[in-house]
Amino acid sequence: MNSGLDYFGESHHILRQTVAKFVEREIKPHVDEWEEAGEFPRDLYRKAAEVGLLGVAYPEEWSGFPSDIFHEVVVNEELTRCGSGGLAAGLMSHAIALPPILAMGTQEQKERFIPPVLRGEKIAALGITEPGGGSDVGNVKTRAVRDGDHYVVSGSKTMITSGTRADLVTMAVRTGGKGHREISLLVVETDSPGFSVSKKLKKMGWWASDTAELALDEVRVPVANRLGEEGAGFYGIMHNFRKERLYLSLMANITAQMALEESVKYARVREAFGKPLTGFQVTRHKLVDMATLVEISREFTYRVAAKIGAGMNAVKEISMAKIFSAEVCDRVCHHAVQIHGGYGFMREYLVERLYRDSRILSIGGGTTEIMKEVISKIIL
Amino acid sequence: MDIVVLVKQVPNTTEVRIDPKTGNLIREGVESIINPEDRHALEAALQIRDNTGGKVTVLSMGPPQAIDGICEALAMGADRGILLSDRIFAGADTWATSTTLGRAIRKIEQFDLVLAGRQAVDGDTAQIGPQVAEYLGIPQLTYVQKLEVREGAVIAERALEDGCEHIEAPTPVLVTVLSSLNEPRYPTVAGLIDSTRPRAPIEIWNGADLGVKAYEVGLAGSLTQVVKTFTPKGARNTQYLEGSPAAVAAQLIDALRKKEIRLGE
Ligand SMILES: Cc1cc2nc3c(=O)[nH]c(=O)nc-3n(C[C@H](O)[C@H](O)[C@H](O)COP(=O)(O)OP(=O)(O)OC[C@H]3O[C@@H](n4cnc5c(N)ncnc54)[C@H](O)[C@@H]3O)c2cc1C
Ligand SMILES: Cc1cc2nc3c(=O)[nH]c(=O)nc-3n(C[C@H](O)[C@H](O)[C@H](O)COP(=O)(O)OP(=O)(O)OC[C@H]3O[C@@H](n4cnc5c(N)ncnc54)[C@H](O)[C@@H]3O)c2cc1C
Repeated sequence: MNSGLDYFGESHHILRQTVAKFVEREIKPHVDEWEEAGEFPRDLYRKAAEVGLLGVAYPEEWSGFPSDIFHEVVVNEELTRCGSGGLAAGLMSHAIALPPILAMGTQEQKERFIPPVLRGEKIAALGITEPGGGSDVGNVKTRAVRDGDHYVVSGSKTMITSGTRADLVTMAVRTGGKGHREISLLVVETDSPGFSVSKKLKKMGWWASDTAELALDEVRVPVANRLGEEGAGFYGIMHNFRKERLYLSLMANITAQMALEESVKYARVREAFGKPLTGFQVTRHKLVDMATLVEISREFTYRVAAKIGAGMNAVKEISMAKIFSAEVCDRVCHHAVQIHGGYGFMREYLVERLYRDSRILSIGGGTTEIMKEVISKIIL
Repeated sequence: MDIVVLVKQVPNTTEVRIDPKTGNLIREGVESIINPEDRHALEAALQIRDNTGGKVTVLSMGPPQAIDGICEALAMGADRGILLSDRIFAGADTWATSTTLGRAIRKIEQFDLVLAGRQAVDGDTAQIGPQVAEYLGIPQLTYVQKLEVREGAVIAERALEDGCEHIEAPTPVLVTVLSSLNEPRYPTVAGLIDSTRPRAPIEIWNGADLGVKAYEVGLAGSLTQVVKTFTPKGARNTQYLEGSPAAVAAQLIDALRKKEIRLGE
């Protein structure tokens, strides 16, 4: 890829090659099997950690090298290239679960929770969404009642990525009355009595990631596991969303890029009415439209990443990037399936999965409608 | 235990094509990788070092780009890398290559074990390990699929055609390994980035550093010369025999006789 030259230096290049090789050897050969199985082996976390992939974006003492936002971009893009959005989301679920610990945790909490995850020994998940609602984060219902130096937590969470086997869940809970100022973040260790996985959810896409419904029945969580002050959870969640939205935008762009690449390959060799599909102007132009959308979306997302990397708030821009890239991805995947004809509907063709995996991107991490609400508050 | 690992940079053979006109490998645009078996040799060295202490030095002879392989080896955990690179080393046959590598190992001085791959996927001769051992005057254990170290000795399992052999040899010793020996680790990203920094522990030695004369190494120091490389033409001339089984058999025997193929007395 020759775009975004300004954003990537030698260390990014090395990282990209390393992740690409890892994906080529450790993931791609098994990805179809893992998709069908609905999860990938737990051991993959350890393998990824050994190479150093999980530590990117964490302080040098844990990752081994100083990284910037474009190192995160590279890991995200190359992992998505394995062709299974679910695998990338599952393997990287710590990327949405740990940042609140990093941003709000005490030194003791960081040392206790972060390194085992970056070493691939423990799995971390983020637990915000509840059966009663996901978009309305301020309305979280799971209750945490203080009892000495513990909280007693009861409630349920749903659609939690890596939820069936997470060892720790960074969880939004209600520590007081109504309203978003009464929400706190707790790190819930899943081996605590009263914690259970009530369901492994079946999904349209992202098959290789396990997604769970969680039940908490008077789970005792030490107060020492609370991140920041009581009531500071909402801010923590909102802060976290920015990176999550960036990751989802990047994932949308690569998913679309792959759908485009597959379509170009296919259109060159598939013949209809005695000529390759690329012989039809309507197909050529469609491919050009797809390529244009992908290019613009990627360039804009990189720009937003650069802003975030430079410490700018960029909430409006990242929300726009998420809306735009997810929409582009949907559209490009739709056309990709169309170009593949009936084969696009068949499991053996990558575009079939890309099409299904695309759909989550305008829903997870804040829906397109919520993004629009965020933006309208800024520009109106 | 101090260990020297011989690492060769080779073209990724899964991508190599042969130019049908010249018969030479088309190396342009082909990725270079560490010879696959050498990664296993390095892994063995790293495991031994991690258990017993000591130092792992990777040694490679090749053009300046071969430094990539050394960087990768450092990122896997090697302590020191030495690249032997000089125009006078170019065109070396296995004799000259072994001489040069042997000289460098002598210069390293402190070593208990030299590990190499059994065979390079491009040159394919499997001669370097044994010849280096001869040059150094130390024992050699080839085709090793299991390796254990003791005080002052190594115990190896060698894969033979129809079984295996357990042998022990005193150190210093040279061992060539098979890929069944172990599962090589990946280089870490942090290690790769470190290996490209100026302070990376990589040295480049030329002919003067080794104290060799131009006629001892490279093409001039080679005992063999390549006259021509070509792909043998495997043209077939298929002849179909028809008729009853007996008639076909008779025709076949005639045909074989015509080609002077003896059918037993
Ligand atoms: C595969 C997958 C993985 C997930 N992983 C996680 C995870 O790891 N952790 C986690 O916490 N959550 C996770 N989620 C949940 C996800 O974040 C929510 O699904 C999402 O935030 C939407 O919430 P909801 O499903 O409750 O939809 P609702 O909030 O019920 O929304 C339904 C519809 O109403 C619209 N809507 C809602 N409010 C408004 C409004 N104010 N104005 C206009 N329209 C509105 C929405 O846009 C949507 O179209 C995951 C979801 C999926 C599908
Ligand atoms: C007649 C002849 C002429 C040749 N002329 C040329 C030429 O003009 N130009 C040219 O580039 N090549 C030339 N070669 C190839 C070159 O000599 C061999 O590639 C080299 O000697 C190694 O032999 P091999 O590849 O068969 O290694 P093998 O003996 O199969 O390798 C076994 C192990 O030895 C070690 N090893 C081998 N080579 C090296 C190295 N360079 N550095 C560190 N460790 C190593 C590795 O651990 C490897 O796994 C020639 C070879 C022959 C036989």
